Amino acid sequence: MSNLIVKERDIVIPGDILAEGMDYLPGDNTYREGDKIFSKILGLTGVAGRVIRITPLSGPYVPKVGDKIIGKVTDMTMTSFRVDTGTAYSAMLNIRDATTRFVRSDEDMSRILNIGEYIVVKITKVTSQNLIDLSMKEPGLHKVIGGRIIKINSQKVPRVIGKQGSMINLIKNKTGCNITVGQNGFVWIKGTPENELLVTKAIKLIEEKSHQEGLTEKVDAFLGDIKAPEGSVVTEE
Amino acid sequence: MAYTKRVDGRKFDELRPMEAKAGIIPNADGSAYFKIGKTTAYAAVYGPRELYPRFLQNPKKGVLRCHYSMMPFSGSGERIRPGSNRRAQEISMVMANALNPVVDLSAFPNAVVDVFVELPQTDAGTRCAAISAAAIALADAGIPMKDMVCSVAVGQVDGAVVADLCYDEEAYDAIVSDIPVAMTHNSKEITLLQMDGEISKDDLIKALELAKVSLEQVYQLQQKTLRERFSSE
Repeated sequence: MSNLIVKERDIVIPGDILAEGMDYLPGDNTYREGDKIFSKILGLTGVAGRVIRITPLSGPYVPKVGDKIIGKVTDMTMTSFRVDTGTAYSAMLNIRDATTRFVRSDEDMSRILNIGEYIVVKITKVTSQNLIDLSMKEPGLHKVIGGRIIKINSQKVPRVIGKQGSMINLIKNKTGCNITVGQNGFVWIKGTPENELLVTKAIKLIEEKSHQEGLTEKVDAFLGDIKAPEGSVVTEE
Repeated sequence: MAYTKRVDGRKFDELRPMEAKAGIIPNADGSAYFKIGKTTAYAAVYGPRELYPRFLQNPKKGVLRCHYSMMPFSGSGERIRPGSNRRAQEISMVMANALNPVVDLSAFPNAVVDVFVELPQTDAGTRCAAISAAAIALADAGIPMKDMVCSVAVGQVDGAVVADLCYDEEAYDAIVSDIPVAMTHNSKEITLLQMDGEISKDDLIKALELAKVSLEQVYQLQQKTLRERFSSE
């Protein structure tokens, strides 16, 4: 007879027993020992059918194929750029994936990207040793020009974006700033300097109160009734 | 039995009052403080991050590094020279050994997780407070862990088996022994066991049984601390 010890969306700590018996299966961030399933991380439980998984409440960014991230070019080799991803692992962006145009073999690579520049990229490959390959050849992937970059905890990224982008679109429409959120926790904000500062504060607020309810209303109240500057165009998420 | 009443009036199996809080250092990836009596430990976790020099890297799994440090005026005696010394290096090593069995860094090859523990005030039992604080901080940092580690000191003062010795008891003018113990919570594996002084075989067994009971209290506090960290108020 199997029995589930935790409820949906319970806070569990490492080593907590989640379920007894073989009818349940260990999902993400859990492990089985004997006939019990244990938690491996501090997080919230989720039960989907027979699978128990845990959504972490904190922790490092784990690179996944298909994620859109923001990185910083830190080095150049003969054929590629090394990109800092804000994690323990740097990524490689091959020059063929950096631009759609033809690059001559004797061309100066810094004409395409330069050291110190930020880029919005997509992860195309991750190996078991966490070596990361990137691409910049899809629509919406580009070099970061102007604005500012801030860093937040990557586990809070879903809250900053909100359901179907509700949170991010609220901030965008109110302040007239363009905001790009990378899954690794880097956020690019571009607008008027005052509003960029306001957005920074709003995002820090979300990060701080991420586990509370009614966050969109709180952010709405925080931004007050400011108007987006005349002629500012924001792209919807 | 000569030692019939403890110097601070506690029962023989009673721990000093404990207090803990997680997430106290904003710049760290995870942090906690753990206070037991007059001993306070602050733990900060950074990482996983790149490990240099490169020869220290392990391509199979991440490395856990611990740094233990007592602050200059933390003790009740003379000023301590700040920074690392032989004692701090040893305690850093035993801390890493105590935490390594539960920390699962297989997802972070070639990387390092750093744990820094500072003790602004000390009154015996510092390595135990450091380990208990570090375990909370590691969990707060979202590092995968199979289990929690709790730690407390037990010992014998002039024939009486006691839990959580304070400095006055460690320095008691009789035969005294001080045994710091760290244990995983579910599997009850001992990950730290050291001893200073003398103890009989029977008393040692009694002391270790007492440690099990005392560690449960430490675990209850660690669990409460971590649950409160993210509970919506």
